[in-house]
Amino acid sequence: MSCGNACVSMLLRSPSHVIEVRNLCKVYGSKVVIDVLSFTVEPGVVTGFLGPNGAGKSTTMRLIVGLDRPTSGGATIGGVRYADLPRPLRVVGALLDAGATHKGRSAFDHLLYLAQTQGISRRRVAEVLELVGLSEVAHERAGSFSLGMGQRLGLAAALLGDPQVLILDEPVNGLDPDGIMWIRKLVIELAAEGRTILISSHLMSEMAATATNLVVIGRGRLIAACTTDDFIERSSKRSVLVKSPDSSALSELISAAGGHVDTDTDGALIVHSIDAAHIGALASHAGLELHELTPQLASLEDAFMEQTHASTEFGGHNADGDRDALATTSSGARS
Amino acid sequence: MTVTVDLLTQPDQPTAGARLDIAGLLRSEWTKIRSLRSSVTALVLLVVVTIGFTALFVGLTVGQWDQLDRIQELTYRLDPTRLILGAGFQLSQLAVCVLGVLVIANEYSSGTIRSNLLAVPHRTPMLLAKSAVFAVVVFVVSEVAAFGAFAVGAPILHSKVAVGIGDPGVLGALLGAGLYGAVLGVFSIAIGAIVRHTAGGIAGIIAFVLVLAPLTQLIPGSIGDHVYAYLPTSAGQLMVNARQGPKDLLTPWQGFGVMCLWTVALMLLANALLRRGDA
Repeated sequence: MSCGNACVSMLLRSPSHVIEVRNLCKVYGSKVVIDVLSFTVEPGVVTGFLGPNGAGKSTTMRLIVGLDRPTSGGATIGGVRYADLPRPLRVVGALLDAGATHKGRSAFDHLLYLAQTQGISRRRVAEVLELVGLSEVAHERAGSFSLGMGQRLGLAAALLGDPQVLILDEPVNGLDPDGIMWIRKLVIELAAEGRTILISSHLMSEMAATATNLVVIGRGRLIAACTTDDFIERSSKRSVLVKSPDSSALSELISAAGGHVDTDTDGALIVHSIDAAHIGALASHAGLELHELTPQLASLEDAFMEQTHASTEFGGHNADGDRDALATTSSGARS
Repeated sequence: MTVTVDLLTQPDQPTAGARLDIAGLLRSEWTKIRSLRSSVTALVLLVVVTIGFTALFVGLTVGQWDQLDRIQELTYRLDPTRLILGAGFQLSQLAVCVLGVLVIANEYSSGTIRSNLLAVPHRTPMLLAKSAVFAVVVFVVSEVAAFGAFAVGAPILHSKVAVGIGDPGVLGALLGAGLYGAVLGVFSIAIGAIVRHTAGGIAGIIAFVLVLAPLTQLIPGSIGDHVYAYLPTSAGQLMVNARQGPKDLLTPWQGFGVMCLWTVALMLLANALLRRGDA
């Protein structure tokens, strides 16, 4: 996974490992969990998969890799259904629930039996254990592992076949800050090698730091599929930070012009609804001194809260208007 | 350059319909069995306990020989192999049942079934490979136990009834013990795969082996005898007898066939459930 290798594998690998989800539906009993969901995950970048609890993220991931059977619709990876991949672990690595190891089996044996189904060598098993930092405990029972070590073992299993596609459900769960940094670096590196990476997390700051693209779902429906920057840009929570020795006078001017002014703890003004140029012009006309005039982006968290909430209430940015008109008005959370 | 790259990428392309690595699957299932201390311990115990109980039971029978009633004594004289293998065998078959259920139900309780199905998304090959490997393991272990039991039991019984491995039917019965164990193991895997729950699966198989058979014998008349004869374990156990007893409705091989049919039927059900459902 050194830089040299990365460049070579980028040349050797096909760029076509796109995850394509088309009209995916999953109904449990009378409960519609995934509701005509379509999106594409492109190679070469990290794609974050976001949604409130119960939005259907894990279910979608399980449907992509065929652990659950879709009610209708489906997903392909590089144009092929997961079930039709002859040696799937060599194409797709998935971390779906890290606890999926027998407590009595060693980490090495757990990976070995997976490797044997795919014609992967013992050497590669040792290699991924080294990569995730479990070499020293490779022959200890997995039952003695901490949550973080279990997560690392799950990640080792996902990386076993050196796959072009990684599907990781909450990979940083249970990891310490070091571990979180390490995963962040790893997935960005793997994406830079041209791999396709879909990664879900409830840690917004983590996603903001890692994901170039986002797929956001709520109640099993698509809310947004765009770049992280676009998603944040879309938020109405954008504001302008203004610092001025004449802040009270300026604040009155801005309010008169239709801006909405808050004062933060330092006495700086946080202005919504009108942009930085407009504020600058107001100050200049009135001859007021400005020390700072900075457009502020909403945080991913703000944008997420706003847009997932909007989606469940008004149907959001989904083109599918008729369906959304029927959407109920309660919050998006499902237990 | 593009052409070269295209050629090089070919083996990496996800191609549909390529052949499954059956040898790899079998190796993988073997790794799973041997890497769990509990299953290895259980298999070793199976051999030790079978031989131990054979010695104990045959020894006790020889000690109490004068108190046997005529019919019992005659049965033993007619088929001493049944006496020798019978004792430890009842215990070892329980061990096989429990292990068989565990082999698959453990995967559900620990969640490893999901790792597995990610590796073998077609599912059926996994179930078949697991059954095949477990059947072979149980066959070998059961043979070791059966030959060991015979080697220990025959000399103890020698003072009352002389029996040698070359006597008619004896070798067949010894081999039958392994075959019976192997099929019983697969039968248990099928139950475990259907129930998907360790305790529930074990309860189910015990009900089949220990409860159902004696229960059917309470049914009066020949109906009870027939139902009993066609139960999987009572039919299969005929394989372990050196000769067909006067009360047996089926020959050993017929009995074995009946047990295999039960196993196939349950396996088909297990496979249908495995393929249809969410894991």
